[in-house]
Amino acid sequence: MTPADYDFLRKFLKEKSGLDLSADKQYLVESRLVPLARKAGLAGLEELIQKVKSGSAALSGEVVEAMTTNETFFFRDKTPFDHRRDVVLPEMIQARSTRRSLRIWCAAASTGQEPYSIAMVVKEMSAQLAGWRIEIVGTDISQQVLEKSKSGLYTQFEVQRGLPIQLLVKYFKQIGDMWQIAPELRAMIQYKPLNLLTDFSHMGKYDIIFCRNVLIYFDQDMKTQIFGRLAKCMEPDGFLALGAAETVVGLTDSFKPHADKRGLYRPTAPRAAPSIVPAMTLAGAKTAMPMR
Amino acid sequence: MKTCLVVDDSSVIRKVARRILEGLDFEITEAEDGEKALEVCKHSLPDAVLLDWNMPVMDGYEFLRNLRRMPGGDVPKVVFCTTENDVAHIARALHAGANEYIMKPFDKDIVSAKFAEVGLI
Repeated sequence: MTPADYDFLRKFLKEKSGLDLSADKQYLVESRLVPLARKAGLAGLEELIQKVKSGSAALSGEVVEAMTTNETFFFRDKTPFDHRRDVVLPEMIQARSTRRSLRIWCAAASTGQEPYSIAMVVKEMSAQLAGWRIEIVGTDISQQVLEKSKSGLYTQFEVQRGLPIQLLVKYFKQIGDMWQIAPELRAMIQYKPLNLLTDFSHMGKYDIIFCRNVLIYFDQDMKTQIFGRLAKCMEPDGFLALGAAETVVGLTDSFKPHADKRGLYRPTAPRAAPSIVPAMTLAGAKTAMPMR
Repeated sequence: MKTCLVVDDSSVIRKVARRILEGLDFEITEAEDGEKALEVCKHSLPDAVLLDWNMPVMDGYEFLRNLRRMPGGDVPKVVFCTTENDVAHIARALHAGANEYIMKPFDKDIVSAKFAEVGLI
């Protein structure tokens, strides 16, 4: 790949998906796009890039999908799920004891391991949540991974990373070489395509938002804009969970870190929040190129 | 340093498992069947056992049942590591006191995920 082609791809991916590739990620581009070129029956990466440059919408979409499909596994990092069980859920159960409903959003659901992990935690707490309405929404930019999420089908390799064996036996059914999560858990989650760079005010308000291991791919401005939009989708007493390498610090005044649980954040009281964040959000929404 | 007993009749598997577990800072002993593994345990109980199912002389399931009846035998964390990958086998193993279950083929990521799951690392 020529340096000019790599520069083109960096710019293209940033505009379409916000993916912020550093100058030394040629290997990543090659490892993801060479198979795609082959699948599309093209001679190689050069021809693929040529097609994208000449405006092939189908291939452009596939390039974005191939580059933004990120690794995930059940109960990734473990800690956020322990927090959820020990801190977030007990507090939210108390706060919503009259309403008896909870809305949870996984903003980068990838292939479904995270939303299904949440569904399993909820299921394991069903004694306390009897009669509650629990809504779990999973969104991702990639249609392909959403399809996989919906199918709930995982390889033997995937179900062995992070998923305790007791939960595998309890909630999965073996189908040939694959494992499929139970229909009752699949029915707990609604999947929708969503590009975090576009306006998502239509998503409504959530009590808990998981936005983990996706912001690391965005630049500072984009992160600030996304936090601003997430804050508007958040109940004032809700929780935001970020990935281990992510933080709100220095990027937004809309959220503050939880006093002693790493990776957990809470919305700042609207009165205390300066008004610059919504203003930046508006400016950002105009410049960002929506993919869908 | 924590100790792990690797029980498998295949010397190749034992070697692969040894390399992975030594990378996770375990001190390794090996046994080629359940009976030899029990001898090791009578001498000194390990912190962890990585256990194959199908072996000559005594299989992993019998070993586990014997281990759990030994004084202090409820302490070692037992992680099955076998080609028996159906729910019936997994359920039997858990019922007999296995802590985790790896379906072969396995790699370093799976071993470390499963060992972390039972609090060994």
